[in-house]
Amino acid sequence: MIHVENISKSFDGTPVLRGMSTVFDKGKTNLIIGQSGSGKTVFLKCLLGLFETDSGRIKFENKALDEMTNKDRSILRQEIGMVFQGSALFDSMTVEENIMFPMQMFTKKEDEEIRERANQVIKRVNLINANEKFPDEISGGMKKRVAIARSIVMNPKYLFCDEPNSGLDPKTAILIDNLIQEITEEYDITTVINTHDMNSVMEIGEKIVFLKNGKKAWEGTKKEIFNTDNEAVTNFVYSSDLFKKVREVYLKN
Amino acid sequence: MKILSNIGKYFLMLQNVFGKFTKWRILKQLILKDIDTLIIGSLGIVAFISFFVGGVVSIQTALNLENPLLPKNLIGFATRQSVILEFAPTFISVIMAGKVGSYITSSIGTMRVTEQIDALEVMGINTYNYLVFPKIVALSLYPLIICLSMFLGVFGGYIACVYGGFSSSTEFIEGIQLDFIPFHVTYAFIKTAFFSFILATIPSYHGYYMTGGALEVGKASTVSFVWTSVVIILLNYLITQLLLT
Repeated sequence: MIHVENISKSFDGTPVLRGMSTVFDKGKTNLIIGQSGSGKTVFLKCLLGLFETDSGRIKFENKALDEMTNKDRSILRQEIGMVFQGSALFDSMTVEENIMFPMQMFTKKEDEEIRERANQVIKRVNLINANEKFPDEISGGMKKRVAIARSIVMNPKYLFCDEPNSGLDPKTAILIDNLIQEITEEYDITTVINTHDMNSVMEIGEKIVFLKNGKKAWEGTKKEIFNTDNEAVTNFVYSSDLFKKVREVYLKN
Repeated sequence: MKILSNIGKYFLMLQNVFGKFTKWRILKQLILKDIDTLIIGSLGIVAFISFFVGGVVSIQTALNLENPLLPKNLIGFATRQSVILEFAPTFISVIMAGKVGSYITSSIGTMRVTEQIDALEVMGINTYNYLVFPKIVALSLYPLIICLSMFLGVFGGYIACVYGGFSSSTEFIEGIQLDFIPFHVTYAFIKTAFFSFILATIPSYHGYYMTGGALEVGKASTVSFVWTSVVIILLNYLITQLLLT
């Protein structure tokens, strides 16, 4: 569980996050949505400790990030898996080496044992015949799978994903969404996803936080998002005709 | 003010490079890879440039010895002094700032742009140590390149001089042995050791702290080349002043 208490962050005097508070539950897929420039990525980077907040507090299982020693932070970071928007795979390593890397770095296991575990997660994310390929030899969807495999190879407690299905076709995007949700349930982890994708919201949004101008403008579940009167949310989520019609049908039924 | 801030950030980076160390089995692979790319990969160009520049230095010296009273062994003497004192340690370092420096800046810069450095940080890795330390270790072998450059520079001078008909082989060899001061070689290697550290760290700094996209990677490489060259030239002046005067 992650508690976010009233955090603010600004860059060169320009506020990006303004008093953001929320709670991300364990074993759930938590989605952060909002327009471009609403502060989603900065918020995620604050959660990861890549940006220091100006004020407020982030607690991982009641342990405040700002009170942690370097050693505590280092331990916490080994419990975090992260899927970056562009996958952030290491160019100089093969798919298998990318996935083995966190284990080689943080465990004392032999290479054979590490390879075995890497192959388990490769199988779990349905990557076929890609072990020896380099990141520039595989498709966008496969890169996301490799990034997911690398993020779960150490059995993390927390999984963060920054727009995991950006640049993917709708079918692959849904497969990636479902894979993340399955992994969240299977590993019982706290998953936080930044997304623009309304399909993701409808498919896997167990908890949705809507950000507007660096503030939490709304939060609820995917069911509640159909019924909300919050104009900012409805304008954002139901901006396309398709989703407007989906909502009308849902409310009629 | 910006320069002062950058200098401060550079020294903070150096402090972090020697902070938390990366696991040896990973570091070993990175060091070997950097030795291959930065040292082995530079041998060809250094050998080519050194041989021909040595030859040109010798021909230029020969053509400027118009007075028949001046001994021909001065050609060998001048070639040796130019190559050992300045050409090999300093000018090869400036050339390497272009070759190796640009590679280091663009490779680290690309990792920054594609969030690979963020990925390492999220894993709890000391990215300064992971990215910069192997380059410092690999470039500690840089004096070997300079040694090769010195040899090939003088050898190129010998070939150009003797086969160009400017002096006899005996006169050239006599020249390269004339008034030889072993400290000049020590001085050249002391300079080289400092330059190797500069070659590893300034381009790393520019790559690590770059912001933006692919275009900025190119700009960062250019800026890195300029600053590495400037620091090498200034340091060259300072070390020469301290050691030879």
